[in-house]
Amino acid sequence: MTILQFFLWSLLKVAVVTVVMLLGVAYTVLLERKLVGRIQNRWGPSRVGPFGLLQPLVDGAKSFLKEDIIPTAVYRPLYLLAPIIALGCALISIAVVPFGDPNVGPDGLHLFQISDVNIGLLVILGITSIGVYGIALAGWSSNNKYSLLGSLRSSAQLISYELALGLSLVGVVLRAQSLNLRVIVESQASRGILTWNIFGGLQFIAFFIYLMAAYAETNRSPFDLPEAESELTAGYHTEYSSMKFAMFFMAEYANMITVGCVATLLFLGGWTSPFGNLIPLPQNIVLQALLPIFWFVLKVFSFLFLYVWVRGTLPRFRYDQLMSFGWRYLLPLAILNIVGTSLWLAYR
Amino acid sequence: MHLILFVLFAGLCLAGAINLLLQSHPINSALSLIVVMTSLAVLYLLLGAEFLAAAQVIVYAGAIMVLFTFVVMLLNAGREERTLGSRAARAVGFPAVVVILSVIATVILKAQGLGTASLSDGITSTEELSAVLFTKLLLPFEVTSVLILIAILGAVALARHGDGERTAGK
Amino acid sequence: MNPASSHLLQQEIPLTWYLLLSATLFSLGVVGFLIKRNLITVFMSIELMLNAVNLSFVTFAHQWHMVKGQIFVFFVMMVAAAEAAVGLAIIIAVFRARATLAVDRIDLMKL
Repeated sequence: MTILQFFLWSLLKVAVVTVVMLLGVAYTVLLERKLVGRIQNRWGPSRVGPFGLLQPLVDGAKSFLKEDIIPTAVYRPLYLLAPIIALGCALISIAVVPFGDPNVGPDGLHLFQISDVNIGLLVILGITSIGVYGIALAGWSSNNKYSLLGSLRSSAQLISYELALGLSLVGVVLRAQSLNLRVIVESQASRGILTWNIFGGLQFIAFFIYLMAAYAETNRSPFDLPEAESELTAGYHTEYSSMKFAMFFMAEYANMITVGCVATLLFLGGWTSPFGNLIPLPQNIVLQALLPIFWFVLKVFSFLFLYVWVRGTLPRFRYDQLMSFGWRYLLPLAILNIVGTSLWLAYR
Repeated sequence: MHLILFVLFAGLCLAGAINLLLQSHPINSALSLIVVMTSLAVLYLLLGAEFLAAAQVIVYAGAIMVLFTFVVMLLNAGREERTLGSRAARAVGFPAVVVILSVIATVILKAQGLGTASLSDGITSTEELSAVLFTKLLLPFEVTSVLILIAILGAVALARHGDGERTAGK
Repeated sequence: MNPASSHLLQQEIPLTWYLLLSATLFSLGVVGFLIKRNLITVFMSIELMLNAVNLSFVTFAHQWHMVKGQIFVFFVMMVAAAEAAVGLAIIIAVFRARATLAVDRIDLMKL
């Protein structure tokens, strides 16, 4: 494969994944509105299209057409840069996620993964940690006390929970002996659901810690203090309107999807089937390629469902509760999990 | 390919470092430093140090610099002012720095046997790195973790102390 | 792999360039340390110098094919993290006491 071919293939993969990701973001918003509606005993959006399925398109058009207000007191360069950083970082991290069987397709070309990186897991962690700047700068450059409070909360929260998040992944990495996401998935593939890290790998504590830390990292309820509307109007994006607000909104949901993908890859066996080898592989090459993607999407979907379910059920934490939960309970628990996992791996 | 990438990211590095000096607002300086650090991560990758590249982004750009911006935002640090001290520092400092740089550059340019780098050199795997880190250099590693613990305690103590004083003063 | 692309991959550049870049970054850090008058920016210049030194460590690790150079960078990062935590805590304490960040005004031994 020449450099030019490689370049064109990568460009194609990037284009397709970006479009799918943005569509995914749009429909996650709809999923959330529908589900929260049902949880609160109402219908949710139901007017545009069958079952309200065209609602995301209308919402998108609305954000485009709204007036774009830039307050006079803002610090312009950073005010304009912040939403780009937020959305950019949210979209980039999907680049290392493998969402299908890598053995399908031409040789040397990972058809279902933009790039196969040795340190894929670290790349995702790194990009998420850069994403903080989007929120921090948005709050600071808005020159508004609510925005600043929101972004201060958010940076403190993200730094604190990133520790617990990173430590909760160490157990999985110890088991797979690799930071490559593809290898981590393949290490759980042998007996279906029994060898998934969450069950067979005994990483359910790690999964719980990851779940909590992921909610905090993506600023989602019950840890959505950076945008707590009852105390901070809208937190860090109070001063943003129109498409810039929509970019923060999309970044939040894109982060949710990425977090779901990572949970699927690390704990739920990635694209592998939960039945292992009980069901023989289909002979048809198209089915062989599509079945792993089906499992992957199903797992990510259930993770997103859980997200919305938690949002519809739990009230918001207080800020000191959030901090003490992260530092006093999650962090020691994560360290205990690492010690336990390494002892188990050493003496089994 | 290596040349293009090197020139691009070395240029970004230098531009970020110079911008750090020219900007008068701390938050702009912090952002230029982040640019320097992320471009350095790419240069590490070009030299085959992939774990360090990731660590550079996570630790430096993602944690240390977030702390810096956090403090800048918290203290609401404004533009800096020119003072007598800064003029003195300029008068004495610039010649000194030029001398330092020229000495280092002469040493580097005179050095014999420095090799070359190319993209096909291969990369140092994380396993290789950790094998040395956790066997031969285990003691320094443990000592560093104690150091970090002490640093955390120190930071907490410093922040707490101020709090207590202020409430006592009231 | 056809000749054109393998040529692209094998293109070499001398390690001297990396070392020169590192030296330049270090000097810029020194300049910043000298001319900046804001406590936080001065601290940032120190971080810049640490980073410049890290780059030459990685370059030497590549030159001698030794992993230890990279591990040294790892240690420098750890120390820098600890230093940043304590240093920023000190800056906050100083700001509380003096309500300024200008290095020229922080020139008294006690309040």
